[in-house]
Amino acid sequence: MRDITPSAAAPVVRLIEEFHKLPGVGPKSAQRLTYYLLRAPQEEAQALAQAILEVKEKITFCSVCQNVTDSDPCLICEDSQRDRSVICVVEEPLDILALERTRSYHGLYHVLNGVISPMDGVGPEDLKVEELLERLKGGAVQEVILATNPNLEGEATSMYLSRLLRPLGLRVTRLARGLPTGADLEYADDLTLSQALEGRQEVS
Amino acid sequence: MPPPRVYKTEAIVLRQRKLGEADKIITLYTPNYGKLEAVAKGVRRPKSRLAGHLEVLTYTSAMLAQGRNLDVVTQAQAIESFAPLREDLDRLSRAIYAAELVDRFSPEGAESYHIFQLLLGTLRRLAAGAAADIVLRYFEMQLLNLAGFQPQMQHCLGCRKSLTPVPNYFSPAAGGVLCPSCGSGTASSRPLSVSALKVMRLLQSGALGDVLRVRIGPTLAQEVEFHLRVYVIHVLEREVRSVAFIDRLRREGVGEPVGVPD
Repeated sequence: MRDITPSAAAPVVRLIEEFHKLPGVGPKSAQRLTYYLLRAPQEEAQALAQAILEVKEKITFCSVCQNVTDSDPCLICEDSQRDRSVICVVEEPLDILALERTRSYHGLYHVLNGVISPMDGVGPEDLKVEELLERLKGGAVQEVILATNPNLEGEATSMYLSRLLRPLGLRVTRLARGLPTGADLEYADDLTLSQALEGRQEVS
Repeated sequence: MPPPRVYKTEAIVLRQRKLGEADKIITLYTPNYGKLEAVAKGVRRPKSRLAGHLEVLTYTSAMLAQGRNLDVVTQAQAIESFAPLREDLDRLSRAIYAAELVDRFSPEGAESYHIFQLLLGTLRRLAAGAAADIVLRYFEMQLLNLAGFQPQMQHCLGCRKSLTPVPNYFSPAAGGVLCPSCGSGTASSRPLSVSALKVMRLLQSGALGDVLRVRIGPTLAQEVEFHLRVYVIHVLEREVRSVAFIDRLRREGVGEPVGVPD
């Protein structure tokens, strides 16, 4: 980075380097963000710095569902309106945001904070699996929805969890696989298409 | 042979890693260009036309364009997705192990036709339901042959004499078998039973059909697996990561028993 902006002042270079560390931010974006902030009003920069610090200071993991939260237990786990007999298992906290956007799920969540990836040496012991089993002990939960991503690692994680959960006598389900809205049949892969065929539904 | 600017190739997807907002870097194993890495753009969006055709452990036909750094996948069409593999954790964990070994054993761009065929055959056998652990031992032994690390199983590496049907020793450091007088007391050598030597020779000869017909009990299967695993780690000079997951499945009793054909 230093050789890309040799003439910039040291604090500017430092900020560029910090931005560059963020995921998805290349050298050019880092420079653009830095020079934008240089020109922005003092309050705006302060608000950004404050927000970053606050996130780091106040946010922890919910002791129940392992989601990121500023109150423990988190808002979803606390909410008395939600259906406590269903737990939806997801890989990352961001997946909860996506599912919440649908407004069609009203149960609880459990965040694994990762996914089984044998080639990267990530196994079940690195995920919040123990915590999930602990939650199921009470007997209040009747269904676990496995909502890991439909790729190799997500499938491996789902299969592994379903093996652990099946003996517990609850209903274990997996999100349906099929065609996304707006897709082209001609570009669909065989696996997706055959699963879409299997899961076809009567047109009402 | 360097690939032309835009080229078409068959490939098996070995692994993926995320890149930027919606892209991935895909590690492909091709019959003619060896192992190569390519960018697949937009495959993390649900409407991607490529994603389903570039999933890990898919045999695919791809069109690539040379890029400044990495090549870019422009089109892909899955040829075989080995669907049964993805529904069975025991087979899937072994297929992942096979892919990791190919990845580790192959420097980028090395000659690859036979290794490609071996991997393809292994995935097909695992998907078709053949005895998973035997298929995997065969794969290991054949991969060692093709990569130039064939262990010596015919005569003693110490005194060069032909091996007799008595318990010998297997020494990864020596590169194969040592006879009882050369092998005892050598630090890295481990006892090798007569049956294990036979099975390993059979695996090396390339006659998988014969190996599958032999009745291999759990103890013998474990011994062969142990020797090959230690040897592979010795050659690679590092752990094979996906082994831990296979071991865990066995430990928890949710995996199939070692070496028993189903």
